[in-house]
Amino acid sequence: MVCRFWGVNSQSLNVAYVASLARIDLSKEEEALFQSQLGKVLEYARELQQVDVSSVPDTPVDPNLPTNVLREDVVRPSLSAAAALRNAPQQANHLFIMPKIIE
Amino acid sequence: MNLHSLTIKELRRKLAAKEISPKDIVSDLLARIAAVDPQIHGYLRVNAEDALTQAAQAELDKPLGGIPIAIKDNIAVSGEGCTCASKILENYVSPFDATVIRKLKDAGAVLLGRANMDEFAMGSSTENSAFGRAHNPWNLACIPGGSSGGSAAVVAADEAIAALGTDTGGSIRQPAALCGCVGLKPTYGRVSRYGAVAFASSLDQIGPFTKTVEDAALLMNVISGYDALENTSRPVPVPDFTASLSAGVKGLRVGIPREYFIAGTDPEVQAAVRQAIDWYADHGAEIVDVSLPNTEHAISVYYIVATAEASANLARFDGVRYGRRSPDGTDSINTYSKTREQGFGSEVKRRIILGTYVLSSGYYDAYYNRAQKVRQLLRRDFTEAFKKCDVILTPTSPTAAFKAGEKSDPLSMYLADIFTIAVNLAEVCGISIPCGFTASNLPIGLQLIGSHFDEARLLATAQAYEQGHSWHTRKPTL
Repeated sequence: MVCRFWGVNSQSLNVAYVASLARIDLSKEEEALFQSQLGKVLEYARELQQVDVSSVPDTPVDPNLPTNVLREDVVRPSLSAAAALRNAPQQANHLFIMPKIIE
Repeated sequence: MNLHSLTIKELRRKLAAKEISPKDIVSDLLARIAAVDPQIHGYLRVNAEDALTQAAQAELDKPLGGIPIAIKDNIAVSGEGCTCASKILENYVSPFDATVIRKLKDAGAVLLGRANMDEFAMGSSTENSAFGRAHNPWNLACIPGGSSGGSAAVVAADEAIAALGTDTGGSIRQPAALCGCVGLKPTYGRVSRYGAVAFASSLDQIGPFTKTVEDAALLMNVISGYDALENTSRPVPVPDFTASLSAGVKGLRVGIPREYFIAGTDPEVQAAVRQAIDWYADHGAEIVDVSLPNTEHAISVYYIVATAEASANLARFDGVRYGRRSPDGTDSINTYSKTREQGFGSEVKRRIILGTYVLSSGYYDAYYNRAQKVRQLLRRDFTEAFKKCDVILTPTSPTAAFKAGEKSDPLSMYLADIFTIAVNLAEVCGISIPCGFTASNLPIGLQLIGSHFDEARLLATAQAYEQGHSWHTRKPTL
């Protein structure tokens, strides 16, 4: 099932589409360059399909791996609103200002 | 007096004897920086006035009292810039201190300036800095390694007494090797990353660059330890790393992984590392043949796992809350897209796109899940190897420093990290120390790898070699 995807991998990468998912505009030149460069990287990574991973459980069991860490949901000291807004490109009334999202 | 060429330990002795003041050290370093950094470009910013003020206030009874340290420009210092060598954060000012910075300040260190790096720590040469590449002090036409190339270069060029960097796939050890200094990547969880700008969160660690192994131990004493602000830091006791430095190597089992001694490694590097193995054998260590059979998959795994994590971590740079915002957007979506187009350099864009792809619907299982499984095999390799040996010895980098512009193809640059990447994937610790020079006078690095939280033994093993050699005392001509 998994290996089905490997047969088409470097061709299946559509840089323009993935860049739009990642919210990055690209020039036509960058798009063509990345298509070829990342195609090569994916070709290289294709070797992973040969590795036998049948002995690896879906959830790794290892005492050296970090485990989930929880804390009480209580208010702690944090940045003031003014400090948190200090780097905002545009702000007003303790809010970040952005172009309109809803029509 | 050339104070800039001394170590932390030597300066601490002079400070204690009242032969010098912290201000003398900072003044001497500022003169050195003015003289050589125009050639090196190891610093992105030096705040001379602030460093002199800190020196005047330094408390000498603290462990690093009066010692000037350079900080990679992806670690937050309250009230200072933190550009990550990216245009997108050019005007950002950190509102808080990273935990390691708070610890350095509490220990009396003087924060001297911000070191150049590959943008968002993505690269192996510091050529990806948006503010101009850094140069190797041993040969200015060569790269200093990366991504913490500025940190390595300023320590090697005596422009800082020590530095902090970050290491995601070799970004401390490889530049340390290429610049001829000591660089340590601690075990994942040993040092808090709170306040370090995240690249690949399951791999990133902060660590020291120093001129000697003992100085690395001194810095590790200060920066290590559990941090309630950082959920991946581990509540593991922190020993005094200087206490066991003279443990020696008699009876120590040094593992030599056959997969790291392969064609493609420069013959001069191979020869220098072979001599180091002989030295350990001659001094009573037991040399053990070990195997890390999944080594060949490390690069593939890394460039899937690291880019996937980077694509998520760097989603926060959207021009809303901080950083540059493109003025060309007409709605919210194309404001993000144009901000990221104009703010990120090519390598960062490439990695975000690759990471987005390997996480996308339909490809997630084939790439990301499979890479995570092979990562577990790599971890298992190290667990098995450390049953047979105490430390593992390898070259740090397959070559000495290469010429700027030489690796223009991303894949060839990625392959430069072949000996360092598995250490991050297995979350163990590693150190690079100088072990020779090429015929063209470029430093060669020896990598020693230790098991989880075994930095004390790693440092002692490195210290023994350093004491038996003088490579670390050689200085570049600038």
